[in-house]
Amino acid sequence: MSATAQDASINFLNYDKSLKSWLFTKDHKRIGLMYLVAVSIAFLAGGILALLVRLELLGPGETIMGPDQYNQSFTLHAVLMVFAFIIPAVPAVFGNFVLPLQLGAKDVAFPKLNLASFYIYLIGVVIAMSALLVGRIDGGWTFYAPYSERVGDSILYVTTGVFVMGFSSILTGLNFIVTVHKMRAPGLTWNRLPLFVWSIYATAIVQVLATPVIGITMVLLFLERFLSIGIFDPALGGDPVLFQHFFWFYSHPAVYIMILPAFGIVSDLIGTFSRHRVSGYLFVALSSVAIAFLGFLVWGHHMFVSGQSATSSIVFSLLTYLIGIPTGVKVLNWVTTLYKGSISYKTPMLYALMFLFTFSIGGFTGVMVGVLGIDIHLHDTYFVVAHFHYVMMGGSVIAGLGALHYWWPKMTGRMYNERLGKIAATLVFFGFNLTFFPQFIMGSRGMPRRYYDYLPEFQQMHQLSTYGSWVLGVGLFMILGYLLMSLKTGKKAPSNPWGALTLEWTHTTPLPHPHNFTQTPVVVRGPYDYHLVPEMFENAAEDGSVKSVHDVSQPAS
Amino acid sequence: MGDQSTGWLPDPMSTFAGEVDTLFYFTLYVSTIIFVAVMAAMVYFGIRYRRRSETEVPEFVRESRILETTWVVVPTILVMIVFTWGFKVFVDLQTAPPDSYEITVRGAQWFWEFQYDTGVTSANELYVPVNRPIKLRMTGSDVLHSFFIPAFRVKMDVIPNRYTSVWFEAIEIGTYQVFCTEYCGTNHSAMLATVHVVSQEDFDAWMVAQDQDLPPAELGERLFRQYTCVVCHVDTSVGPNLAGIFGSERELTDGSTVIADEDYLLESIVNPSAKVSSGYGLQMPATFGTMSQKQLDGLIAYIKTL
Repeated sequence: MSATAQDASINFLNYDKSLKSWLFTKDHKRIGLMYLVAVSIAFLAGGILALLVRLELLGPGETIMGPDQYNQSFTLHAVLMVFAFIIPAVPAVFGNFVLPLQLGAKDVAFPKLNLASFYIYLIGVVIAMSALLVGRIDGGWTFYAPYSERVGDSILYVTTGVFVMGFSSILTGLNFIVTVHKMRAPGLTWNRLPLFVWSIYATAIVQVLATPVIGITMVLLFLERFLSIGIFDPALGGDPVLFQHFFWFYSHPAVYIMILPAFGIVSDLIGTFSRHRVSGYLFVALSSVAIAFLGFLVWGHHMFVSGQSATSSIVFSLLTYLIGIPTGVKVLNWVTTLYKGSISYKTPMLYALMFLFTFSIGGFTGVMVGVLGIDIHLHDTYFVVAHFHYVMMGGSVIAGLGALHYWWPKMTGRMYNERLGKIAATLVFFGFNLTFFPQFIMGSRGMPRRYYDYLPEFQQMHQLSTYGSWVLGVGLFMILGYLLMSLKTGKKAPSNPWGALTLEWTHTTPLPHPHNFTQTPVVVRGPYDYHLVPEMFENAAEDGSVKSVHDVSQPAS
Repeated sequence: MGDQSTGWLPDPMSTFAGEVDTLFYFTLYVSTIIFVAVMAAMVYFGIRYRRRSETEVPEFVRESRILETTWVVVPTILVMIVFTWGFKVFVDLQTAPPDSYEITVRGAQWFWEFQYDTGVTSANELYVPVNRPIKLRMTGSDVLHSFFIPAFRVKMDVIPNRYTSVWFEAIEIGTYQVFCTEYCGTNHSAMLATVHVVSQEDFDAWMVAQDQDLPPAELGERLFRQYTCVVCHVDTSVGPNLAGIFGSERELTDGSTVIADEDYLLESIVNPSAKVSSGYGLQMPATFGTMSQKQLDGLIAYIKTL
């Protein structure tokens, strides 16, 4: 193949090692890696706060901190995790790195804009965190008025930061939409797109359409504060429930910014590691887009006890199920893909299967809190805390860890240690479930969320949860350790270690510089058409270059 | 407390709690059955079709239309059952019987205040007669709160400048926990109350007892406990410890000093931001200004005894 004919030692990582070449790069792969570093730092900080919060809850009353520190810790944990980590994580890291490669494109449509998105994100994070220098971050990540307006000026830094990060999200979404529409390789029709591309595309739609609403809300908070016009604050004649409508009009679709990319990752992982066409490809692809649009119509299910009208609650509850059903069907499609497949248990696949377990629990409990009569009891208890951690951590983060291991050889040119990978995956699985499953039980028994102190009858469940967080923490730190080590000591990655059939694998590793592909690839089959591979064996057998699935490449034009 | 949990939920203690529970367990069990079936299929396929050689290429499997239709139609039916049922329970929860006994609830940082039709008020202790529908008309005076009684399966946000309501009919005499479930600041997790469900006779007797004139210091002691002054002023150091404060000299945040006499105590309760003791932030809510003069006199009388 012609890529190897070039100087194979020059790649996107080593063609220029200066700091400047990284900071001013317009290469989507390098921008993806910079995002990876940035969101990992946010995840680390948010994770340490989570461990501290859990440690405080080991016993009732004061364990390691007072009520004010506790309240600020869980708020900061959530703000970091939601806005600085999970919303940018999968779209900005893997979307940036993988999307153009899977499309057979040189880069994203607007490389300079792409770099701008990254810096806007960084500026947003810095503004939000500077709140810590001027005061406290309090009130939960939901910033419900009027409490958030009583906290002081520091909250304005956070909301401004969120506003700025929103622009990063919008620009990234816009970039991806144009890239998918305009930069697909010849032959890469819509029904041959990898499902990861479909899911990033659906996510991008939500990013572009929903994010402006949080921006507007933050501006209104600002105006209320400085001009004292009554919008949300009852003391000024405003309506606090209006704030919740605005907030969830963004933040519910934002849940789909978090989870849709995970659907794409899991589809790719299960397809690759079972060497099987993803069952119901068209359904999985189109339902992501449908969910993206329907996601705009269900925000009110966060507000069943907020004082919104009973009629709205009923409509929102019904619409919620319209999203629940296609999501459930996706899970069934993934399981069916395994049927008569050839399943290999590499670490990324362990995360994909773990996702099916944890995300299903998140989904079913989502149905439970969507039922009006039950939600009245469960709302704002630990049941809800457990539910959204099963969706966000058990869904997005688990899938993200799968993606990280899956694309790590492509990103770094090195293999991670498979044995350590499996041990850490096991720790993450048990740690995660031990942390969050007891929260379902104490939540349904009435334990409210955001409680610094609690009644003695909840202590047993809180202790289990805290022990679980330690196991989970060990697992995650282990991953950090062996991934960093692999940069130094990891085996050199072969070009297609998993035998995947999408374009980013059917090329050299690491990727060449300056362009992703030395020749424009031509796509002749679907992303998971393993059943077509035997024919390729025959076609390619003559020159002896293809001996297994790992060697199959796309024909170049 | 009557909040016993034998399974997932506290024992049902209101007329519709049982209905909520049936729906909860129905949804839980159906979900569990489907979940276990799907996971069993995953594990079975995972073992049965594990890769046996590196060059293995599985055959193409045609998608089954019947299977796909089934797994769209069956969950849709199940979900519609659950929705309709949930809707019915929700309507019951929303509709108080017309003959309900009304109690006004006020949520404030960080206590609950209850006012009965006789004008009697109590804080953090709600007394209700058993087997009688009770409607709580609720409002707040600072930030959002939410009124939650797990044993009765009721919850509703409490919003300033606006009334929301919940209703319930307790079916067994006992005491039950109330939580605030909307984050409201430092002592959010201490914003607890107790519902005392008593017989109609005991309820009437309690009401009469509330009307009687207590000696000021005893009234003050009760208020001090009910309004959870204890949390900040005795148990923790969020506010100054009040033991021996009367008559002492206090240093203020602006550096001046003041003698803690009756006037100073009164001002500090009604308008806490006026003179803040040095070393403390302004944590105390201004919500106590609505107390009657008699209650304020009682509180001051009690603080003098500390």
